[in-house]
Amino acid sequence: MSVAAVALGAAGVLAVLSSLAAIVLSAPLRPAAVGMGTALTGLAGAVSGVDAVLGGSMSVALPGVLPLAGVSLALDPLGGLFIAVTGGVALAAGIYGISYSRSHGANGRGVQAVFPLFVLAMLLVPAASSVGTFLVCWELMALTSLLLVVAEHRRGPEVARAGRWYVVMTHLGFVAVLIGLLVFAARAGDDSFRAMREVGRHLSPGLAGLVFVVTSVGFASKAGILPLHAWLPRAHPEAPSHVSALMSAAMVNLGVYGIVRVGLDLLGSGAGAGAGWWWSLVLGLGAVSAVYGILQAAMDTDLKRLLGQSTTENMGLVLVGVGAAGLFATSGNRVLAGLALAAALLHVVNHAAFKTLLFLAAGSVLRATGTRDLDALGGLRSGMPWTTGAFGLGALAASALPPGTAFVSEWLLLQALIHGLPTAGGSGGTTAAIAMPLAVAAVALTAGLAVATFVKAFGIGFLAKPRSAGAEHARESPPGMLAGMGVAGVACVVLAVLPTVVLSGVEAAAGAAVGGAEAVSGALTVRLVGVTGELSPLMLTLALLAALVMVVGAVRVVAARRTARTARLWDCGGGPMSARMEYTATSFAEPLQRVFDDVLRPEQDVDVTHHEESRYLVRAVEYRRKVPDRIERRLYEPVLAAVATWGRAGRRLATGSVHRYLGYGFYTVCSLLILLAVTR
Amino acid sequence: MSGLGIVGAVVQPVVVVVGSPVLVGVMRQVRARLEGRAGAGILQPWRDLRKLFGKERITPRGTSEVFRVAPLVVMATTLVVAVVAPFVTTDSAIDPVSDLFAVVALLALGAVALALAGLDTSTAFGGMGASREMTILALVEPTLLVSIFALSVRVGSTNLGAIVSSTLHDPARVISPVSLLAAVALVVVIVAETGRLPVDNPSTHLELTMVHEAMVLEYAGPDLALVELASAMRLSVFLGLLANLFLPWGVATSAAPLAVLVGVLALVVKVALLGALLAAGEVFLAKLRLFRVPELLAGSFVLALLAVAASFFLA
Repeated sequence: MSVAAVALGAAGVLAVLSSLAAIVLSAPLRPAAVGMGTALTGLAGAVSGVDAVLGGSMSVALPGVLPLAGVSLALDPLGGLFIAVTGGVALAAGIYGISYSRSHGANGRGVQAVFPLFVLAMLLVPAASSVGTFLVCWELMALTSLLLVVAEHRRGPEVARAGRWYVVMTHLGFVAVLIGLLVFAARAGDDSFRAMREVGRHLSPGLAGLVFVVTSVGFASKAGILPLHAWLPRAHPEAPSHVSALMSAAMVNLGVYGIVRVGLDLLGSGAGAGAGWWWSLVLGLGAVSAVYGILQAAMDTDLKRLLGQSTTENMGLVLVGVGAAGLFATSGNRVLAGLALAAALLHVVNHAAFKTLLFLAAGSVLRATGTRDLDALGGLRSGMPWTTGAFGLGALAASALPPGTAFVSEWLLLQALIHGLPTAGGSGGTTAAIAMPLAVAAVALTAGLAVATFVKAFGIGFLAKPRSAGAEHARESPPGMLAGMGVAGVACVVLAVLPTVVLSGVEAAAGAAVGGAEAVSGALTVRLVGVTGELSPLMLTLALLAALVMVVGAVRVVAARRTARTARLWDCGGGPMSARMEYTATSFAEPLQRVFDDVLRPEQDVDVTHHEESRYLVRAVEYRRKVPDRIERRLYEPVLAAVATWGRAGRRLATGSVHRYLGYGFYTVCSLLILLAVTR
Repeated sequence: MSGLGIVGAVVQPVVVVVGSPVLVGVMRQVRARLEGRAGAGILQPWRDLRKLFGKERITPRGTSEVFRVAPLVVMATTLVVAVVAPFVTTDSAIDPVSDLFAVVALLALGAVALALAGLDTSTAFGGMGASREMTILALVEPTLLVSIFALSVRVGSTNLGAIVSSTLHDPARVISPVSLLAAVALVVVIVAETGRLPVDNPSTHLELTMVHEAMVLEYAGPDLALVELASAMRLSVFLGLLANLFLPWGVATSAAPLAVLVGVLALVVKVALLGALLAAGEVFLAKLRLFRVPELLAGSFVLALLAVAASFFLA
């Protein structure tokens, strides 16, 4: 038995025990037991995943557990990476949840019992090694997360609405995955991944393409990729914040896992990697999602929804990497395929770290102020210094600036794309020549907008003067929540300064999927193998710190007078300034909204009420702005309207009269009999 | 880490720190002469800095550490860029940091620090400046990265030293369509990023039009001196990058004293010429309306994309 197997078993036992404890224990003890249990589950999962990445394999078949198919689990480096990420997120979220659910009303018996099971389901999805097991775990994950999304349903109708969107979309996605995998398994004659891997290479191109597209639709909807993202900015913010962190940092990754597993591993068997158009499609959707997601986030004024939309953006970036890896693998370039996939998977790890931190910090803000509206926040830095620091660290990491985590993975991604262009001379050259520059442009545009978005979230939300009474009286969160944020924060710092710690593991996972050799090496600097390029986040950070120290020292020497005094802010002589005069999140984003007017189509409305005496005196101005999701408007609303019309038409048939229903039955039987008589 | 790199790491920051206020002075003097004024002399920015450093420190009420640390961060990021980028020597002391993305991101980090400081003051001016600066940055960064992409595709590396060396070895590249398109795109974004006309007017304090000055309105004394010095340094760093990416001649490739001296002189002459050209151009330009600026930046983004396309199809 390897360490990985033991640890995964321990995670399973711990999760079930904490779930039982939630049912048995009384309310005061429940959060601590469940939180600790979940954190330990996460820890065990992380150990198991790390060992699997480092080569510890496992293969278990339990035919008796489920009827018909049984359960079969296996660990490999690719699955191990996702298990490790999920485990890490669960560790932080579990610790955080102890204090958070105690104070935030998410302490119901059902909610607490489901939470560890949700973590367990996410740990098992990448470990599943047969279609049956995979689908059962996938569905368990969907159901448990749904229960957690609607945990705070008493708060308002929007929670139930979010739950409805989520349940419909996640199940449509499930149906797509189910159809795709079943068609594939039927052709393989066996539902184990091993059998499918052998058949995958010999499938006809049409069937393979069909399987890939259909399963990818399901997986993309889980990852929040356009145009199937509509549920994500609704469901993620309405869940309790530690659940949001798990969903946004761990669950969406599994969509990416699915695409990589089916496309690169099962269908491509690490050699052919399928057809070029699949991966062009993935790359294109990823690029569009990245830009669209961050654009929506830049406009949004709801702190948690903004983070949810940034998840769409980051998953888009990951898919750009996955798509590029697929394109390179198709044209036979193993080195670049490994590099691109390593960049994508590193971004998965990085995104998990900073998104956990950001959601946990947002949860602290929500708990302390009672609002998620950025326009009502501000001035939190004095009342909640630790949370402010945590969010600032997360924002730096998310905005792809050095010394942040996303900077390293986006650098790797751009390196893969840049080196992809000159090698485009071979097969699929034109595709690469068009795809790579556009992908770079999309990544670059995303990076710029992400900076603006997170400056807005941090600067408006935490700095300046408080814009509401709730923000003014905000107090720091209890130590338990800070500890949860601390775990995620440490992960962010380590990943930012020493990404080489995880890079070898990420590479092992990427190499296993595309069958490539080592793409990145180096202990302190990230050095590309096979193509030129190196970057040292550690040296960069040290150089920045050294420069800071030098500047501070130089200013001390140069500045002649040591005295200091405080002064009033410049108010143009108009008297003391109030928070009403500050810039808000809406006004901060207004110039960007104008720039992207044609894409966003915002709806705004200004009502001016004049004084009775004179038209030149204004009594009140009312300004309303809404940035609707255009894709939702164009794509979803017609479908929903059509369904509603059908429903209304159907209602006319069901009047409530028993005679009529009996009549329906009679006529149906008659027509069936006639049909049979005619056709036989 | 080569000897040449270490020489560069010592000489470059000194040249940039000492020279950039003079560059601003030169640019102001050129403008003044062209507008028929006498001008204050090219050393006036240094005299201003000396005066500001001699004043006492003033902290506006209600601001936090973010406000106080921001000038230091801007200064530190610019210093790191001055150390690692190939201005005087082709080698860099910290080669793994001398990457185009790292340099662009470091300069963006400085701008972000100032924007956060502007928001931290909680005045309408601070917020306005920060909002506008971030809008411009969000549009400038893609163009910068894409034009860099165009330049680095043929070299096969994003290392600044490698790009400069490869142009030195193959001078014909300078007049290729890729280079020219990327150069035009870079000029536009550098004008925007350093807050010059027609995007921002560095000499205005009119509320409705200012961008950079609005963010730093609350700074005084030594802090203001740091911000002013840092923005002068950013201007010289950007012009120095532009000069050496497209006209790298004179850069020292060996650590011999004469070569380094030539390198310093070449940098000073190139940057001064570019600055003078920019200042002369500003005399004939009016500031664009803020909401026309994105059109300008979108144009330069398209040029950069064309440069990338050209780098493939004309290769």
